[in-house]
Amino acid sequence: MNQEGILRHAATRFLGLIPTLLVLITIAFFLIRVAPGGPFDSEKVLPPEIRTNLDAKYHLDEPLLMQYFRYLGQIVSGDFGPSFQYKDWSVNELIRRGFPVSGTIGGLAMLLAFVIGTLTGIAAALRQNTMLDYGVMGVAMLGISIPTFVVAPLLILGVGVYAGWLPAGGWDWSWQRMVLPVVTLALPVIAYIARLTRGSMIEVLHSNYIRTARAKGLPEYLVIWRHAFKPAILPVISYMGPATAALITGSVVIERIYSIPGLGSYFVQGALNRDYTLVMGVVVFYGVVITVLNFIVDLLYAWLNPRIRYDELQ
Amino acid sequence: MNDKATLSVDDPFAAAMAAEDIRGRSLWVDAWHRLLKNRAAVVSGVIMMVLLLLVVFGPMVLPWEADFTDWDHTSSPPSLETRHWFGTDAVGRDILVRTLEGGRISLLVGLVATLVSLAIGVTYGAVAGYYGGMTDRVMMRVVDIIYALPFMFFVILLMVVFGRHIVLIFVAIGAVNWLDMARIVRGQTLSLKNMEFVEAARACGVGHNAIIRRHIVPNLLGVVIVYVTLTIPQVILVESFLSFLGLGVQEPMSSWGALVNDGAQDMESAPWTLVFPAVFLTVTLYCFNYIGDGMRDALDPKDRV
Repeated sequence: MNQEGILRHAATRFLGLIPTLLVLITIAFFLIRVAPGGPFDSEKVLPPEIRTNLDAKYHLDEPLLMQYFRYLGQIVSGDFGPSFQYKDWSVNELIRRGFPVSGTIGGLAMLLAFVIGTLTGIAAALRQNTMLDYGVMGVAMLGISIPTFVVAPLLILGVGVYAGWLPAGGWDWSWQRMVLPVVTLALPVIAYIARLTRGSMIEVLHSNYIRTARAKGLPEYLVIWRHAFKPAILPVISYMGPATAALITGSVVIERIYSIPGLGSYFVQGALNRDYTLVMGVVVFYGVVITVLNFIVDLLYAWLNPRIRYDELQ
Repeated sequence: MNDKATLSVDDPFAAAMAAEDIRGRSLWVDAWHRLLKNRAAVVSGVIMMVLLLLVVFGPMVLPWEADFTDWDHTSSPPSLETRHWFGTDAVGRDILVRTLEGGRISLLVGLVATLVSLAIGVTYGAVAGYYGGMTDRVMMRVVDIIYALPFMFFVILLMVVFGRHIVLIFVAIGAVNWLDMARIVRGQTLSLKNMEFVEAARACGVGHNAIIRRHIVPNLLGVVIVYVTLTIPQVILVESFLSFLGLGVQEPMSSWGALVNDGAQDMESAPWTLVFPAVFLTVTLYCFNYIGDGMRDALDPKDRV
């Protein structure tokens, strides 16, 4: 493998992140600013002097373009500004408080989805067109079709309220409170990964080199693990990017249903309150997370896939 | 009876017509037969037809209005006696009628937002693919960039910014959901544009826009139909997601997502308020996914084994 090629590929891809993030920030900024109604419009009407002072403090009295460049500069230095609604909190502090919770749930859900999804997918592929295969695929289709916000209340009702095995909501970093949110969040991703793995595994098992491996008398489990597994999970690897986005989006609903104080719940609250800086902050923050993870996934894919030659990627 | 075989014996022109007729139909008829052989897809199709009829005509036939509050039966469980077959919610509204009316909104959003994304996606993809070169590169780069953005957050942002009007739900969801369609259409267009019939049209002096409209787009039909079937459930899901968060359709209008949200609030005392809308929503998504899968197997020549 060509070391320099990998580095060059990584560098180009990394530079490609910049326009993405710039577009993200720009769209979000101008969308929020053309919105009718500002953060200080709610509840009671403020005296004009106070209003002027508030606008000046948050630079809302400057021309839009000035505000935009001010915001860009701020973000580059890693400062998302103060929250409009949570007084005394900066958006950075809110992110620092909320993200560890959301990140833990999301990370665990991803891990669970990857392990269970690939295993069931491989099992279904190895028993293609048997009851096991149909069963797994039927359940997987159900997992894709049932929305998280339907599964969650049903799980709370069944496991939490009626059976009383696990707490129905809340958050204190104990594993008991993590189980339901993580499982709920992971279900659709498990289903999708299982379908992907099954499809690519079946394709790989039909290829010539697998027939060769079998013909030379290699035990079946070695054929699967040493030869078929890596190419078969390549589509799963490239799905990891969209999966991250799905998990982050899903966590918005999960956090609300299970009353978890994560970043998603701040986002919904901010959206309902027109908290400009908070909404912007979360969108930009998650945009960065998703683009960076996509970048990593892309490199991982290129590294795992022997068919890609880096000098051809330029 | 009009028998074409007998006709063709003494009329060569009619014979040619008949042969033409068969050949012209066969591709679609072929696909149709393949689809009919897919049991899951057929069952799903039948269920969806029944559901559609229920949703459209049910509220007209049933004895309750969606916003009628029956104070004698608040939070009453499903029963035949009270004539609230699915029970009532906390303020005595009939769950069955509300579920069916919510279904109208959910399915309407599914159809309209899909059409919006269809229009944008097909136009964008066909233009990028047809013109190629620099235009293509720039346009697809834009798609790549938007692709990397957290899509749901933008829909929420759009809803926050432009208010929670139903028309805006169509547009917001459609406006961010066209990327896959654009990519697929572009790919197809790339392979179509060098075909003889396009070249022939160009030689006849047909303009670029007319070629795209009259010769490229009609040939994309198969792919587009498959993709539309797969987009509808996605869009329904996004709408119910928004409504569940309180950012979608607003009272007195309702959708399955909003009803699931209402039901989840008092599911401990009245689980039927959650279960019925949830079942309708899930069954719909399940069926659409199966129909979409079946369509793809039937229409996509690549996967034909």
